[in-house]
Amino acid sequence: MSKFKKKKKGLPAISTASLPDIVFMLLFFFMVSTVMRETDLKIQTPKLPSATEVKKLEHKSLVSTIYVGKSKDGKIKGDLIQLNDKIARVADVRSFIYSERAKHSEEEVPFMTTSIKADKESSVGTITDIKSELREINALKISYSTSKGDVFKNVD
Amino acid sequence: MARRENAEINAGSMADIAFLLLIFFLVTTTMDVDSGISRKLPEPQPENAPEPPKLKQKNIFEVNINRNNDLLVEGEHMNLKDLQQAAIEFIDNGGGIGNPVDGKEGQPCDYCNGARSPESSDHPNKAVISIQSDRGTDYGMFVSVQNELGAAYTVLRDRLGEKLYNRSYSDLVKDLSNNKGNEDLKAKVDFLKKAYPQIISEAEPTK
Repeated sequence: MSKFKKKKKGLPAISTASLPDIVFMLLFFFMVSTVMRETDLKIQTPKLPSATEVKKLEHKSLVSTIYVGKSKDGKIKGDLIQLNDKIARVADVRSFIYSERAKHSEEEVPFMTTSIKADKESSVGTITDIKSELREINALKISYSTSKGDVFKNVD
Repeated sequence: MARRENAEINAGSMADIAFLLLIFFLVTTTMDVDSGISRKLPEPQPENAPEPPKLKQKNIFEVNINRNNDLLVEGEHMNLKDLQQAAIEFIDNGGGIGNPVDGKEGQPCDYCNGARSPESSDHPNKAVISIQSDRGTDYGMFVSVQNELGAAYTVLRDRLGEKLYNRSYSDLVKDLSNNKGNEDLKAKVDFLKKAYPQIISEAEPTK
């Protein structure tokens, strides 16, 4: 026993070999969570209209997003609505909002915002249908998602 | 003969590489900030709700969009470029007496710079903008119109802010978002909001 103990030789350098492991772990966490947040789009990525009067959406966790756009292969005419990871109908908006509400406490519900990410070529009729559904269930705060830019380019 | 010690691979730079990647991912994630035009939907009305009060025609600024994305404003065809100015002139007209505020009787608009024409709106707090679109209207056009009308209010609030506090409304709002709970700033912003309240109503779209 004592043979080993006597082998002390100065201060050994602190091993940083595990540092990359820790950082990699963080890295993987961020990579995975980024992919998860950006829901898989089952529709064509909506070309957002541009606007100047934009407001940043605060409290990302309180935002539920509804996507509206064209179908990916262009076979289906008209606008498609995507909630979570599925293509849905207007009538499903209601249960979608209810399930979003269930994730939060009662006090937070009035601050929940619905962000509508719609393609600029989709029709107002679809958006109106969604809005009237939202109105029915008292999800009154909405945001028309836009990018920053010139409004005159929205229509060609 | 060289004695082979179990030579460790130098992993010191591995951390740097990983950090670089980590920072890259951190930055790219936050770049995609959700922003948009915020609106509040009207509350659902019970079926036996009383009739809404009738508004004078001159206090309503009618904007119609048809399915070809053409704009009809107050019965006349208009380009999107001119919409903002038209809305400003309508809101800021100040031709009469406003709605009673805080129990006080309605006052004429003393901060308006408009033409004070009796044909147009009475007071900014009476001026209603009504948008009616078609179900076939492009969403892009709809957002543009919403944006231009919102911008009209911002321009007016900015102007009043410059006059009263030497600072534009947008500047005040930005400042307020940076230090929340500043009573003085909040009072100023609220005052400007009240001076030009945003009253935009959306009618059911035509089929």
